[in-house]
Amino acid sequence: MPILTLVIWVPIFAGLAVLATGSDRNAGTARWLALAGALAGLLACVPLVTGFHVAASGMQFAEKALWIERYRVHYHLGIDGISLLLILLNAFTTVLVVIAGWKVIEQRVAQYMAAFLVMSGLMNGVFAARDALLFFVFFEATLIPLFLVIGVWGGPNRVYAAIKFFLYTLIGSLLMLVALLYLYNAAGGSFDLEDLYRTPLSMAAQTAVFLAFLAAFAVKVPMWPVHTWLPDAHVEAPTGGSVVLAAIALKLGGYGLLRFSLPIVPDASHALSGLVIGLSLVAVVYIGLVALVQADMKKLIAYSSIAHMGFVTLGVFLFDRLGMQGAILQMISHGFVSGALFLCVGVLYDRLHSRQIADYGGVVNRMPVFAAFFMLFAMANAGLPGTSGFVGEFMVVLAAVKVNFWVAALAATTLIFGAAYTLWMYKRVIFGAVASPAVAGLQDLEPREWLLLGLLAALTLFMGLYPAPFNAVLEAPVSELLAQAARSKLP
Amino acid sequence: MTLSAADYLAVWPEILVLVMVCVILVVDLFLRESQRVIGYALALATLAAAAGLIALSSMPGRVVALNGMFVDDPLADALKIAVCLVAGVVVVYSRGYATARGLFKGEFFCLVLFAALGMMVMISANHLLMLYLGLELLSLSLYALVALQRDSRDATEAAMKYFVLGALASGLLLYGMSMIYGATGQLEIPKVAATIAEGRANSTILMFGLVFLVAGVGFKLGAVPFHMWVPDVYQGAPTAVTMFIGTAPKLAAFAFVMRLLVETLGAPALVAEWRQMLTLLAVASLAVGNVAAIAQTNLKRMLAYSTISHMGFLLLGVIAARPDGYGAAMFYAMVYAMTGLGAFGMILLLARDGFEADRLEDFKGLNRRSPWYAFLMLLLMFSMAGVPPTVGFYAKLAVIEAVVQAGQVWLAIVAVLMSLIGAFYYLRMVKLMYFDEPSDTAPISADMGVRVLLSINGLAALAVGLLPGWLMALCQKAIQGSL
Repeated sequence: MPILTLVIWVPIFAGLAVLATGSDRNAGTARWLALAGALAGLLACVPLVTGFHVAASGMQFAEKALWIERYRVHYHLGIDGISLLLILLNAFTTVLVVIAGWKVIEQRVAQYMAAFLVMSGLMNGVFAARDALLFFVFFEATLIPLFLVIGVWGGPNRVYAAIKFFLYTLIGSLLMLVALLYLYNAAGGSFDLEDLYRTPLSMAAQTAVFLAFLAAFAVKVPMWPVHTWLPDAHVEAPTGGSVVLAAIALKLGGYGLLRFSLPIVPDASHALSGLVIGLSLVAVVYIGLVALVQADMKKLIAYSSIAHMGFVTLGVFLFDRLGMQGAILQMISHGFVSGALFLCVGVLYDRLHSRQIADYGGVVNRMPVFAAFFMLFAMANAGLPGTSGFVGEFMVVLAAVKVNFWVAALAATTLIFGAAYTLWMYKRVIFGAVASPAVAGLQDLEPREWLLLGLLAALTLFMGLYPAPFNAVLEAPVSELLAQAARSKLP
Repeated sequence: MTLSAADYLAVWPEILVLVMVCVILVVDLFLRESQRVIGYALALATLAAAAGLIALSSMPGRVVALNGMFVDDPLADALKIAVCLVAGVVVVYSRGYATARGLFKGEFFCLVLFAALGMMVMISANHLLMLYLGLELLSLSLYALVALQRDSRDATEAAMKYFVLGALASGLLLYGMSMIYGATGQLEIPKVAATIAEGRANSTILMFGLVFLVAGVGFKLGAVPFHMWVPDVYQGAPTAVTMFIGTAPKLAAFAFVMRLLVETLGAPALVAEWRQMLTLLAVASLAVGNVAAIAQTNLKRMLAYSTISHMGFLLLGVIAARPDGYGAAMFYAMVYAMTGLGAFGMILLLARDGFEADRLEDFKGLNRRSPWYAFLMLLLMFSMAGVPPTVGFYAKLAVIEAVVQAGQVWLAIVAVLMSLIGAFYYLRMVKLMYFDEPSDTAPISADMGVRVLLSINGLAALAVGLLPGWLMALCQKAIQGSL
C-alpha cells in the first residue's frame, strides 16, 4: 500500500472536501469534517510507526513513479527516522490546530480549516520527498495556504506581514531553484537526491550551491539576520497560524539543511561551517537579548523561537553525532513547546483580545489551571531538565564543548537568557496583583483548551523524561548523514 | 506551376477558415439582431473544425507545399491547434461583454477568424513573404478589432497608436527581409539558410538585415525597448479584444521567432549575434515589465506590463539556442496563453453594462462575493507569478533550466530575481481578493458556457501543474520533429 502517498494526500483531499462545504452557514459541518480529516491524516501515519524498522539505514516505505518524463523527475517518496518524527509532529499539530480554531474562527471557517489541512499534506510531502524538484514543489506550495491564513484571519497589520513573509521566503527559494537546476545538469539530468548525493562538484561550485541553499533555508529557519519576517508573521497570524508556523514551517529550514546542504555539498558545508556557527551564536545570544525586552507576548515567543532554532543550526554544523541528534530533538521539542506557548497566548488573547504583557497581571488568581500549564511550558522553553526542552539543548552544548569551549560557553548562555525572558514574562503575566477588572473577570480553561494543553504537556514531559525512543529512531539516519557529510565530493 | 492534391491537403484548414469567414460575412447580412448567435455558433464551429482537421491530418515529418511557400510540420500543427482553441475561448468569453457593448456582430467574428487565419499562415510560413503576409493579415485584423468600438475615445486612440507603431515595425521587418534577400538572393526559408551555411552570403548585409529583423520581432513580441504600444493598446482596446491580442498572437509570435531567427538565420555565427541582442531584450523586458507593473492601478495595464515580462521569459528559452530551449519557450508560450485567457476572462466576467471591472479595486473582496471565482483567479495569479504547484512554475522552470544548461547561470539569477519582483503585484491581486472587503457587491452573472469554460481554464492552471509532463513532452516533440 502506498502509505506515504496516503499520508500526503489524505489531508489535502480532506481539505478540499472541507472547502466544498462552502459558506459559513455550514460552519459546523466544516469544523467536524476538518477534525475528521485531521484525525484521518494522523491515522494514516499509524502504519508508518508500526512498520518502521528502527535499525535499518536508508529510506523506508519508498515509492517511485515517473512524474515528468521530459526532465526525468520522479514522484519519489521515502522516509528515514528524521522524516518520520517530523511527519508525526506535523500530523499531530494539525489536529491541535483544528481544535484550537474551533470556536475562535467564526468567519470563513471552511476556508480556514481547509488551508490548514492542505498545508499539512504539503508539509508531509516536503518531509517525504526524495526528488529535489518534488521537494521544491511541496516546499513552495506550503507558502500559499500560510500566506492566506496570515492575510485573511490575521491581526491589524496582517497584509504587511503576509506579503513580507511570502516575498522573504520566495527569494531564498528561487536562488535554491537555480542551484538545483545547476545540480540537475551537473548530475547528468536528474533531480533524484540519491544522484545528487553522488555527483562530484568543485569547491567553487559547492560554495555557490551552499550559499544558495543557505539563502533558502536560513530564511525558513530563520537565522539572523534574515529573521525579521518571523516576528511580524507570528504577531499578525491567528493562533493556529502561529502554531503551525512555529511547530512545522520553521522545521522545513532545518530539515532542508540536513537533507540538502550537508550531503550534497559536504566540502563547502565543512568550509563554511564557521559562518553558520557564527550566525547561530548571534541568534542565540543577541536574539535572546532582544526577546527580553519585548512587550508583546507573541513577539517574545517568536524571538525565543529564533534563538532556539539557532541551537538547531548550531547543532547541525558541529558535525558531531551528539550535536546533530540534539539539533533534531530540539526541532521536535520546539514543535511541542513553542506550539504550546502560542496556544497559551491564544487562550489569553481569546479572552482579553490583547497580547501586551502590560495588560495582564495576577492571572493565576482567576486561572490557576491555566497558570500551571503555562508554567510547565515556560519551564520547558527555558530548558528545565525533565522537560523536552532540556534534552536537545543539553546534547548540543555537550557537542559544542568537544568542538570548541567558547562556542559552548556562548551557546550555554541560552539557558540563562531563555530562563530570563520566559520566566520574566511569566511572572509579569501570571503573578502579581490582578491588573485590571478585565483580568478579574477571566474564566479558567474550558475542556477544549484542557485537551489541547494537556496533550502537549504530556508529550513535553514524556520526551523530557524518556527521550530514548526518539534517539533510537534518529540513530541510523544521523550516522548515515555524518558519513555522507564526511565524504569529500571534490573531483 | 501546378498544384497537386497534396498541396491542397496541407492547406486544407486554412482554406476552411477562409471560406467560413466569407460565409459568416454573407450570412450576417441576413441576420436580425436577435439571431447574431448564429454567427457566433458558426465562428466557434469553424475554429473547432479547423483544430480538428489539423489534429487529424497531423503527420510526423515536414511537408512542404505550394511550391515551397508553406510548410506543415509538428510545430505548426501544435501551435495552430493552440491558436484555434485560444481564439475559440476568446469568442466564448467575449459573448456577454460584446453583447453589452454592441460588438456582438458579424464583424467581430470575421475579424477574429481573419486574425486566426493570419496566425496560421504565419505559423506555417516557409517563405519570408508568406511570413510577412500572415503577419499583416493578423495585424490589420487586430487594428480593426481594437477600433471596433468606434464611439470609444480610448479605443480609437489605442487603435491609432497600434497602427502607426505596428506599421513601423512591419516596415522594419520588410526592410530586414529585403536585406536578407539582397545578401542571399533567396526568400524561401530553407534556401536562405542553405545559402548562408555555404558561406555565399555577404555577412555585412546579413548582419544589417538581422538587426532590423530582431527589432521587428521585438515590436511584435512587445519586448523592451519596443514595448511602448503594449500598455496603451491593452488598456484602450475593449477587454475582449485585449484578451485576444494578449494571448493567441503570442503563440504566433513564437512561431515567427522560430521561423525567422532559428530556421532562417540559424547559422552559428548569426546565432551568436542574435543571442546577444535577444539577451538584452530579455533582461530589459524582465526588468521594465516587472517593475512598471507594480505602479499600475489599472488591471489591464498591469497585465500588459506583466506580458512584457513574460515575453522576456519566453525569450530566455530562445536565447539558450538549442532544441531544449525552444521547447521550453514553446511550453512557456502555451502556458502564458492559457493563464492570460483566464485572467482576462475574469475581467470580462466581472464587467457589466457600462462597467469595465478593469481597475485593481474592482477585484476587492472577490472572495466574499464569490469564493469560487476568487479561487480560480488565485490559481491564475500564482501561476503567472510562477509559484508551484501551478503550471506557471513549470514554464519558468523549463526556460531557466534551458538557460542554466546553456551555461548562463547569471541570466538565470537575473530572471529569478525579476520574477520575485513580479510576485509582488500578483500577490497584491490575491491580497485585494482575499484580505480586503468588497466595495462592489453586484451579483456576478454570466452564462453557463462562460462559467464552465472559465472554471476549466482556472483549474487547468492547477491540473496541468500537477501533471505537466505531457504538455512539456508535446512541445519538445513538436520542436524536435520540425528542426
